[in-house]
Amino acid sequence: MKKIKVSRLFLHLFLIISVSLIAFPIVYAFLVSTLDVNQVYTSPPQLRFGSNLINNYREAWVSSNMGRLLLNSGFISIVTALGKIVLSICAAFAFTYFGNFKGKNILFLIILITHMLPLPIRIVPTYQLMDNLNWLDSYYALTVPFFASATGVLLFRQFYMTIPHSLLEASLIDGITPMRFLWSILLPLSKSNIVALFTIEFIWVWNQYLWPLVVTNSERVRVVQIGLKMLIPSDAQPEWNVIMAALIIGVIPPLVVYLTLQKSLVEGFALQQDK
Amino acid sequence: MQSKFSKKYNFLAYLLLSPSIIIVITFLIYPSLESLYLSFFRSTPFGNRQIFVGLENFARLLTSETYWNSLGRSLIFTAITVFISISFSLLLAVLTNKNIRGVKIYKSLLIWPFAFSFAFSGIIWGVLMHPNVGIMSYYIQLLTGFEFNWVNSGSAAFILLIIASSWRMLGYNFIFFIAALQNVSPSLLESAEIDGANPFIKFWKITFPLISPITFFLLIMNTLQVFFLTFGIVDVLTKGGPARATDIVTYKLFRDAFLSMRTGYASAQSIILFVIVAGITIFQFKYAGKKVFYQ
Repeated sequence: MKKIKVSRLFLHLFLIISVSLIAFPIVYAFLVSTLDVNQVYTSPPQLRFGSNLINNYREAWVSSNMGRLLLNSGFISIVTALGKIVLSICAAFAFTYFGNFKGKNILFLIILITHMLPLPIRIVPTYQLMDNLNWLDSYYALTVPFFASATGVLLFRQFYMTIPHSLLEASLIDGITPMRFLWSILLPLSKSNIVALFTIEFIWVWNQYLWPLVVTNSERVRVVQIGLKMLIPSDAQPEWNVIMAALIIGVIPPLVVYLTLQKSLVEGFALQQDK
Repeated sequence: MQSKFSKKYNFLAYLLLSPSIIIVITFLIYPSLESLYLSFFRSTPFGNRQIFVGLENFARLLTSETYWNSLGRSLIFTAITVFISISFSLLLAVLTNKNIRGVKIYKSLLIWPFAFSFAFSGIIWGVLMHPNVGIMSYYIQLLTGFEFNWVNSGSAAFILLIIASSWRMLGYNFIFFIAALQNVSPSLLESAEIDGANPFIKFWKITFPLISPITFFLLIMNTLQVFFLTFGIVDVLTKGGPARATDIVTYKLFRDAFLSMRTGYASAQSIILFVIVAGITIFQFKYAGKKVFYQ
């Protein structure tokens, strides 16, 4: 009995140290965002709650035009995530519930191949393509090229293959049309997968960096990640307190999406694991 | 054999697939082929004309010390980061997968880094370890006498890169491991315990084989993400320096493509990256079914 208690104590000790180490940077970022600029640059560095919180957040908001950044990032993240979900469900449905139509395998391969073509592999021509389409510096460039998703198609296809065949058979006897089956039977069943994919994709798009850096220029379509980079001057002393305030604001949306949907996220993936 | 909709609906299958296929071909396959095409050309100094140069871009890359430096550093950096983030998150996931007090609090605090981008993670760690303002670098120096200065020292900047991206991946891996561990049946572990298996044996003989599919999946995903997304950290913090210590391949590609406007030279780098990604993907498909245990 005593041995178990001691090992429990060590376990807790280890976990507390690990968790503090991992959570500390976030706490630190927040504390820096409350200091004034002189306190940031005093030695030894201070770990305390400063008095300049409101000023820093106000300055971060105004100098980065944060309202616009949040709007842009939120818009492209939601549109891209939804676009991916709709297109993935349609494709997965076609692959799972229709017979061996001509070219099925090759079409499946075409979608799978997206895995092998991350942005850096095609960045120059894709940029030129945006230029030719007059899409540079627009929402189109930030959303449309990302609508297709091999991960999404695989996720839903995997899930549809685990649904009992009797479901379709029974529906077919009732004379159901494919779109009706998709809409009123499959969609409600796919809820936790939809939520899981939405969460992952929302955070993915929100945190995208290279592509917005390359294709956007004006403030009209600038996203949070790039707005924050622009707060860091290359030649002067950065105001880390203001930068951290902007960073904290900029991480709240993905954090909220993540924490509210976390349960479904875990369920969505746990389901995948079953088969 | 699963029942399907009748053949008369086949047109609908094509219709449902067409948006995905059109997007993949237009924005992924066609530009990738054009990368290959462009890699055989060199732009004139004013960028108004393209000259066919055959394999010259590749020859120059593969004999360039700068490029080998980038490639080597990227691979070493990726390997270390993936190893740290996967093993540490697995350890934490296994330890919090117990019925102990406060486990929910531990879990909910460990997943937060996932919401931060690589760039954000870079900024936070950059400040924490900053030679002038960072509290961590200050106490490291105070306690050990070692000066961690990523602004001047290449190896410090390289270590900072590893820390910042391991931290970001940790949250991501932790969620997947937690989900996977939920599927390991407790009765299996209990019966092993009755047979006298100690925690290490239980882990290596039961838990680890059962979660190996997800571990393998994470290994591939981590490798690709770390390899490509660390760009954000480099661009906000180190800009490839000091002394090219953090000049990873994606950053070099970006500089050549969009700052020096050497599109052919940059495209050749894209093709080299494709060869690496293709290698990883083929490895994935080849071994996913064989070396990995499924439930």
